[in-house]
Amino acid sequence: MAVLAPSAAGDRLFRSLCLAAVLAMMAVLGGLIGSLLWGGWPALAHFGPGFFTSSTWDPVAGQFGAAGPVAGTLLTAFLALLLALPVALGTAVFLAEICPQAIARWLAIAVELLAGIPSIVYGMWGLFVLAPWFARHVQVPLMAAATPGSWLERMVTGVPNGANICTASLILAVMVLPYIAAILRELLLSVPPAMREAAYGLGCTRSEVVLRIMLPYVRNSAIGAVMLGLGRALGETMAVTFIIGNSHNFPRSLFGAGSTISSTIANEFNEATGDMHVSALIALGLVLFAITFVTIAAARLLLGRDGGPK
Amino acid sequence: MTRAEQIARQGRWLHARRKLANAVFLAGTALATAIALTALALIMQTLVVNGLAGMDLAVFTMSQPVQGMAGGLLNAIIGSLVMCAIGMVIALVIGILAGTWLAEYGDGTRLATVVRFLNDILISAPSILIGLFVYELLVAPFHGFSALAGAVALAILAVPVATRATEDILRLQPYALREAGMALGADRGLVIRAIIWRASRSGLMTGALLSFARISGETAPLIFTSLGNQFVSTRLTQPIAALPTTIFQFGMSGDDNWRRLAWAGALLIALAVLATNVLGRALMRRSNAK
Amino acid sequence: MSFDPPAAGQKTVMIAPPVDDRVIDVHNLDFFYGKAQALFAVDLPVARHAVTALIGPSGCGKSTLLRTLNRIYDLYPGQTARGDIRFDGENILDLARNSENLRARIGMVFQRPTPFPMSIYDNIAFGVRLHRRVGRADMDGIVERALTRAALWDEVKDKLGASGLGLSGGQQQRLCVARGIAINPDVLLLDEPASALDPLSTAKLESTLLELKDSITIVIVTHNLQQAARISDYTGFMLSGRMVEFRPSSEAFVAPETRQMQDYITGRFG
Repeated sequence: MAVLAPSAAGDRLFRSLCLAAVLAMMAVLGGLIGSLLWGGWPALAHFGPGFFTSSTWDPVAGQFGAAGPVAGTLLTAFLALLLALPVALGTAVFLAEICPQAIARWLAIAVELLAGIPSIVYGMWGLFVLAPWFARHVQVPLMAAATPGSWLERMVTGVPNGANICTASLILAVMVLPYIAAILRELLLSVPPAMREAAYGLGCTRSEVVLRIMLPYVRNSAIGAVMLGLGRALGETMAVTFIIGNSHNFPRSLFGAGSTISSTIANEFNEATGDMHVSALIALGLVLFAITFVTIAAARLLLGRDGGPK
Repeated sequence: MTRAEQIARQGRWLHARRKLANAVFLAGTALATAIALTALALIMQTLVVNGLAGMDLAVFTMSQPVQGMAGGLLNAIIGSLVMCAIGMVIALVIGILAGTWLAEYGDGTRLATVVRFLNDILISAPSILIGLFVYELLVAPFHGFSALAGAVALAILAVPVATRATEDILRLQPYALREAGMALGADRGLVIRAIIWRASRSGLMTGALLSFARISGETAPLIFTSLGNQFVSTRLTQPIAALPTTIFQFGMSGDDNWRRLAWAGALLIALAVLATNVLGRALMRRSNAK
Repeated sequence: MSFDPPAAGQKTVMIAPPVDDRVIDVHNLDFFYGKAQALFAVDLPVARHAVTALIGPSGCGKSTLLRTLNRIYDLYPGQTARGDIRFDGENILDLARNSENLRARIGMVFQRPTPFPMSIYDNIAFGVRLHRRVGRADMDGIVERALTRAALWDEVKDKLGASGLGLSGGQQQRLCVARGIAINPDVLLLDEPASALDPLSTAKLESTLLELKDSITIVIVTHNLQQAARISDYTGFMLSGRMVEFRPSSEAFVAPETRQMQDYITGRFG
C-alpha cells in the first residue's frame, strides 16, 4: 500500500527512537555493573576472600578488609528497620483506619512530603541536634551506670560525642519511617471495603480487623514495602556519613564509631591514596550493589503479589 | 453452674479481653503516630529555625566565603541550577521516550517486563553507586571533575523516575483515544505524539516535577563527579559547586559561619523539594479531576 | 423506565406480620449520607424465621436500609440514622458505635464474596473464636455443620486447609454464608448476594437460604424479582428512599396495590 508507506516509515523511526531510549537505560544499568566489576576486580583478586573477612582497613599499609563497613551497613540498616517498623506500621494503621479521614488525609500528605526531604537535611539534624543530645542524656549516663567489664559496658562504650552506630541507626530510622508508613498506608487503603465490612460484620474489633484481616490480605506487598525501606537504609549515604563516626573497625559496641559502605566511599574516594585503595572502594560499591539489588528485587517481586478475589 | 451459664460467663470474659486488646492496640497506633510526627516536627523545626537564622541577602548574592569572612551560596545555587537543568533535559528526553515505549509499543513483550522490573530497581538503587559509575565513565578518562559529569549523574538518577511516571500516565489514556486517532489514518507514532502526549500533558509535567524533586537534593553522586567550586562557574567542563555538596562540606566543618550557611542551604533545598512535590500533587489532582 | 416518585406524605401500603412474630421492628427511620437524606420515615417489620426481601430500582435505599440493621454504616463518619430499630427490646440506634455484640447477632453477607485471607477452615473458625472459646474437636464439628448448612461441605471437605481465595465465586459466597451462620446469629442480612454469581450457583445459594430460614431470620436485598418471589415470605418495595409497599410475597407479586410497584414489576417481568 503505497499510500501508507511514508507514514509507516515515520512510525518505525519513532518506535526505534523509543526503543533506543529503553536500551540506553539498560546500557546504563549494564555499565554500572560492568564498571563496578572492572574497577573492583583488582582489589577482589588481590585480597581474595580475605576482603570480606578482614577488618583491617589501612590505606597507608595498603591493606583493605571490608568486614567493618559491610557489618556496619547491615547493622545500621537492620537496627533502623527494627526501630522504624513498629512506628511506621502504627502510623499507617492509625492514618488508614482509625483517625477521622478529614484529619488523616492531611497528616498523610505531611508524612509523604517528609518522605521526600533530601537525606542531607536528616544528616544535618543528626549531627547538630541528635548527636549532642544523645551523648549528654543517653550515652554518658549509661556509661557511668554500667559496671566495668559487664556486658552492658561493652555495648555502650565509645567516645561520648554521639557519633556512633546507634545514632546513625536512629537517624536512618527517622528517614525511612515516613517512606515505609506512606506505602503501608496506601496498601491498607487498597483493601476492598467489602473485606473490611465483612470482618466488622462478624463482630470483629478494629484491632482484629486490622491485624487478622487487612494486614494478612496485603501481606506480600507489606513485606515488599518494608524491604524497599530496608534497601533505602542500606544504600543511604549522607544521613549516615554525618554521624556514624567513621571508624573502619568491626563494630563491637552500639555506642562506638563505625562506618558503612557508602559512608566509607563518600569519605575516601576523592582522597584515595593509590590504585588499590580506589579499587577497594569500588569493590565495596560492588558489594553494596549486590546487597541492595537482591533486597530491592525481592521487594519488587513481592509488591502487588496479593491474593484476593479479583 | 449450668453449662449455659458457664458459656455465657466465658463469653463475657472473652469479650472483655478483646475490648481491652483493642483499646491497647488503638492507643499503640496513636502513640506511634505521635512519635513519628513529633520526630519529624522536631527536624522541621530545627531546620526552619536554624535555616532562617542563617538566611540573609548575601546568601543569594555572594559566593562561598573564605573561612572567617562574609559570604553566601551563590556559586552553589547556580551550580545546582545548571546541573539540575541539564540533568532534567537529558532525563526527560530519555525517560519520556522509554516510558512511551513501555506503555505503547512494548506492552506484553518479555523485554518490557524485564525493563520495567530493572527500572523499578534503578529507582531505588543507592545514588552513591551512580556517582562511582559516572566517575569511571566521565571523570577518570578525561582526568577531571566537571559540571557535565555531575549533570549526567543526576540524569541517571532521574531517568527511571521519569520513565515510570510516563508509563503510568500514558496508560491512563483510554484506548478509544488511540483508536480514534488511528481511525483518522494517522500512524501510531503520530497518534502518540499528537494526541496521547498532548492529552497527558499535565501528568507528564507532574512526572517531571517528581523527577526534579528526586535529584535536586542529591549529594552523594555529586561528590565524585562535579566535586565543587568555590567560585561561580557555568563552564560545563570544569568542576562546579552544588548546594548539597556545599552543605556537606560546610556542615562537617568546624566554622560557625560555614555551619550557618549550611543550615540556610539545607532550608533552601528542603523548600525547593517541598514546593516541587506540592506543585506536582496539585497538578496531578487537577488532571485527575478533569 | 421512570416511576412517579412517592409523594412526601404517601402512606406505606402495609400488611405486616403479627407484632409477636417480629424479630426486628424498624419504625420511622431516616438515614443521612452527610446532609443528603437517603431514607424517609421507613417502616420495616421483620418476621421471625422467614425470608424478607427488599426490592426496588437502583438507588431506592434498599441497601441503605439493610446496612442500618447491623449498623455497619458506623464505619463511615458522616452517615447517621434517626428513628427506631427495635431488636430484642432495645433500639439499636441507641447503642454505642461499632457494637461488636450486635454484629455477632446480626450477620451479613455482601454483594461480592469476601473470603478472608486464610484457610477455608479458619474462615469459619475465626468468627466463632471471636465470641467464645472452643476446643479443636468442638470446632471441627461447628465448621462441618456450618459448611453443611451452607451446602458447601461436600465440595470442600477434602481441602479445608486450602485458602478460601482459591474457591470459585459461588463457593466463596456460600463460604461467606457458612461463616455468617457459624456464629449462630439471630438474623442474617444479605446484600444482593447472587449478583456476581452464575445461575447454577445462584440456585444453590437460594436453596441454602430456604433451608436456613427454619432457624435463622433472613433479610435479603435483591435486584432479581424472580428470586424475591421464589424465596421470600414478605416483600418490601422501596422507591426514592421510601417504603411503598410491604406485604406477604404471595400477594405482593400477584396484585401490587400501588401504581409504582405495578410499573416496576411489569417493567421487569414484561
